[in-house]
Amino acid sequence: MILVYLIAILLTGAFLAWIAGIWSPLWSRIISIVSLSIDLILILTIVSQPVLPGNKWIVDINLEWIPQFGISMHLALDGLSLLLLILTFFLGIISVIISWKEINSKVGFFHFNLLLILAGIIGVFLSLDLFLFYFFWELMLVPMYFLIGIWGHENRTAASNKFFLYTQASGLLMFISILALYFVHGHSTGSYTFDYIQLLGTKMSKSTGLIIMSGFLAAFLVKLPVVPLHNWLPDAHTEAPTAGSLILAALLLKTGAYGLLRFIVPLFPSAAVTFAPIGMLLGVIGILYGAKLAFAQTDFKRLVAYTSVSHMGFVILGVFSFNEIAYQGVVMQMIAHGISTGALFILVGQLYERIHTRDLNRMGGLWEKAPVMGAMGLIFSMASLGLPGLGNFIAELLILIGAFKASILMSCLACLGLIAATIYSLRIVQKVFLGNKNYDWDINDLNVREKIVTALLVIVIVGLGLFPKPVFNIARPALLKTLDEQREKSFQDQGISKNENPEKNISFFQISKLYFKH
Amino acid sequence: MTIYIALIPAIPLLGFLVLALFGSKLPRKAVGYIGAGSVGIVAMLTIIAGIGFIKSLPQVRSYSVVLWEWINAGNLKADISFSLDALSLVFCFVITFVGFLIHVYSIEFMAKDDGFSRFFAYMNLFVGSMLILVLANNILLMYLGWEGVGLCSYLLIGFWYKEPANGYAARKAFIITRIGDTAMIIGIFILFLNFGTFNINELMQQASGKWVAGSSIAVLTAALLLGGALGKSAQLPLQTWLPDAMAGPSPVSALIHAATMVTAGVYLIARTHVLFSLAPVVQAAIAIIGALTLLIAGFSALAQHDLKRILAYSTISQIGYMFLALGVGAWSAAIFHFMIHAFFKALLFLAAGVVILVLKEEHDIFKMGGLRKKMPVVFMTFLIGAASLSALPLITAGFFSKDQILWYSLSSETGNTVLWIAGITGAFLTALYSFRMIFITFFGEAKTQPSFLPGKVMTIPLIILAVLSVFGGFIELPRSIGNIHLFSNLVDNTLPATVVRESGHSEILFQSLSAIIALAGIYLAYLIYFKRPALSESFNHSRLNKFFEKGWGFDRVYDVLFVKPVVWLSEIDKDDVFDWLNIGISKLALLANRLLSFLQNGKLRWYLMSFTIGIVLILTYLIFK
Repeated sequence: MILVYLIAILLTGAFLAWIAGIWSPLWSRIISIVSLSIDLILILTIVSQPVLPGNKWIVDINLEWIPQFGISMHLALDGLSLLLLILTFFLGIISVIISWKEINSKVGFFHFNLLLILAGIIGVFLSLDLFLFYFFWELMLVPMYFLIGIWGHENRTAASNKFFLYTQASGLLMFISILALYFVHGHSTGSYTFDYIQLLGTKMSKSTGLIIMSGFLAAFLVKLPVVPLHNWLPDAHTEAPTAGSLILAALLLKTGAYGLLRFIVPLFPSAAVTFAPIGMLLGVIGILYGAKLAFAQTDFKRLVAYTSVSHMGFVILGVFSFNEIAYQGVVMQMIAHGISTGALFILVGQLYERIHTRDLNRMGGLWEKAPVMGAMGLIFSMASLGLPGLGNFIAELLILIGAFKASILMSCLACLGLIAATIYSLRIVQKVFLGNKNYDWDINDLNVREKIVTALLVIVIVGLGLFPKPVFNIARPALLKTLDEQREKSFQDQGISKNENPEKNISFFQISKLYFKH
Repeated sequence: MTIYIALIPAIPLLGFLVLALFGSKLPRKAVGYIGAGSVGIVAMLTIIAGIGFIKSLPQVRSYSVVLWEWINAGNLKADISFSLDALSLVFCFVITFVGFLIHVYSIEFMAKDDGFSRFFAYMNLFVGSMLILVLANNILLMYLGWEGVGLCSYLLIGFWYKEPANGYAARKAFIITRIGDTAMIIGIFILFLNFGTFNINELMQQASGKWVAGSSIAVLTAALLLGGALGKSAQLPLQTWLPDAMAGPSPVSALIHAATMVTAGVYLIARTHVLFSLAPVVQAAIAIIGALTLLIAGFSALAQHDLKRILAYSTISQIGYMFLALGVGAWSAAIFHFMIHAFFKALLFLAAGVVILVLKEEHDIFKMGGLRKKMPVVFMTFLIGAASLSALPLITAGFFSKDQILWYSLSSETGNTVLWIAGITGAFLTALYSFRMIFITFFGEAKTQPSFLPGKVMTIPLIILAVLSVFGGFIELPRSIGNIHLFSNLVDNTLPATVVRESGHSEILFQSLSAIIALAGIYLAYLIYFKRPALSESFNHSRLNKFFEKGWGFDRVYDVLFVKPVVWLSEIDKDDVFDWLNIGISKLALLANRLLSFLQNGKLRWYLMSFTIGIVLILTYLIFK
């Protein structure tokens, strides 16, 4: 039942925060923090429990909802969702804290929306019923629309419309695919159900698989986002309030990545393999194109938004590499990117509160007045360029090695992204904190509240970089299961036994041949 | 023993943490004590560990300590673990000992700077990262140190951040070295995917067992690792960042851009020498790159006006000698020259730093002059450093270390006459530009008056380094003179001994030749820069001189080939071409809307006419179908 409580607490908190906000904004904030903290503590108690080996689901609960249509309230938690839940609650608390001064109008409604989005996100991370999953998928959408549309910057209306249309349209495609899968499965087995576990073994022809998968892919690739479906992202990120950008970048994008791992790979094992070369190529394009655009931006927030496109390219590259190293890297990238890009958005927000501009050409030389802020910008720019010792390095290293096993060419092209990331990250530091003062801003350095948030984020990103083992250990059973299922089924589909090709191990002869052929 | 190995990188990092968190609140004195003290303690620990290590030879040739398991993803495992052997011991000694002297010097040098605690925080972070680099026993952890020193180099080049040019130099250094590093990390991928480990010893063992010498995979991997080494060590074609890196404070140039970090490439190649032996083509390339670099940089040094830029080109040139030595398999000679070079080049940079400081940031040697009498200590130490750099025969350490390289470039198995000629020409250039510096800066009439005289905190490190620059050479003397091999005996515990070809060349003959060449260079400098300055005047204004001064035009070529295209590429598509997709869709919708609303305009005759046309069309269709 703990999983239901997690969602229920957030929903209750959301309504309470709204009501309390009518009388006192402060109480609205406190209620939000308290409900998120309770959830965080609950989830941490699960981490401390010993896990039975071989059991993929740590917690599993299946309640009846609409049995006539085979719809149930099936929630389950494995290592992957556990990590993402911790991330969600942690960043949820942070996003309330950073909105303390920034959000002053309709405070109650703001926190209502905030908690509702977070409830939707954890619902997505927990659902094992496709109907329920779709429900939560849409639940994230509407409050986010309000968050951008009401508390955003100048062009908020256009941005929120764009965000809504993109995600809604792609979500509908996914819904059609869910229904298609429901009928295909019902047709062949006689039991009509939306349950993920039962749908796992659905037999379908190759073309059917590809068609149904493409609906899911549409939704996940738009969320991730993948070039050329990424255009909602820079607008939405730029116009959203800081908390909105934080949640968008750090959590909402991760639902796309999570969808790939949880649904695409296990439900469509052989179709996913067919799609893999295109997927990897899309990843590489995203990495390089996102970095290129990031370098060209003069709006600080837009720059950070485009770095997300680049970093999420690594995720899709890893997902379609189909091996454990790459998958551990993907999970690490989801977490590390959440922290590091989130931190950069927070930095943009802090700057905006002080100088009321996001234009890089009006900044410069701010280190003198705000060295702590400068150090924060430096650390997270370094995280962004993948400096060893910080979490992002581990993530990108593992993804690149994993991808190298699958495709040497793609991995080497993706490595160029490391150089591109250096160029745009150093540009951030230079333009904002170093060099000439383009404008004589009289700003204060971080206050205590901001310093605490920053310190927390720095500790986490360094911790991930030097002690990433717990993350790997928690994620391992879930990832191995996913990979095993994928491998087993895709081999079944192709009529070869599992043992024939246990893993694509590349000998050096192959490497040299491949290398010199190109 | 293992506790020392773990503490050696940890203490400077602790110093960094303390300074980064509380540095701005601590009094300057405390900052100085913490910053220099942490490195001093580590220098002592290194000496203790070194004595222990030498005592236990030859039974135990390396000590390892595992601190914690770092990564365990699938079959990818890496530890945070260090190991000490003869090679890392030499590097640790230079990093900590020379590093300590430079830190002490910096207390006075940086005394009036606003960023005093920031400076020492960065410097401690650098020393910690550099020690991780040389002590790491797996290549991934080494990469961590490798990137860490790159970060510190970036931070310290751009230390005076208010000047945009410094920021530019810093980014240039970071990005160019990062290009090399990316090649290196791909090389690391190949090593890992073939051998399933990151441990350097295991990698080397497996490589020598499984890879055939000269096979394409070995060549490819070695070439990729070499990419990283070329970037870090500022060798052709990635050398362009180092002269600009002189934008940092002088102690930074001394520590990072002369004594330690830029020799990381030498360390990497020596550490993975097994791999390079499997790739003779790459090793030959290293020798050729070294020879070319030392010549190109030598000519450039001759044309510079900025005191620190002369030293920067000189550093590139001297590392070229180390690469030449590595290329001909003279491993211990390369490491020996690294150590001696660290002594005299740190000395030269520190002394130059004093000169520039007392002349109020005057970098141009032609505006100096006559400093010999004003600052005798600085003059004497600078002279010793320059003599050692020029390889003044028999009395300086530089002679013995460079002579060894020259001798092996001819006599080793893969050496040949062309390499030797390049080396000896470089030696002549070195002597020439070194004493050009001396004569122009310290002799002649005084053009700028010193504003104050350096205190003891700055001069004592100079004196210690001067002593080392002279006597450091006597631990390794050639067979023909003295025949002492303390250094190579130590290093040969880790690196293979140099294979010498039986050629009948007489070692003493070639030594005399190189001695004469060095003296000739010094004499020529005396002649054209002191005795008859008119001789050099015409050359100073020649086009060739300009070409050399600008570093042979590499910057311009790279600008056209890489920088401009990248900037152009980012400029043309600033607004993201894919956004037209959305704009197109919304435009289309608007168009359709306009079309439909135009039809529904409420005018009866319009509707009537449409009806009529419609009916006519349908009837026509039905009749003529």
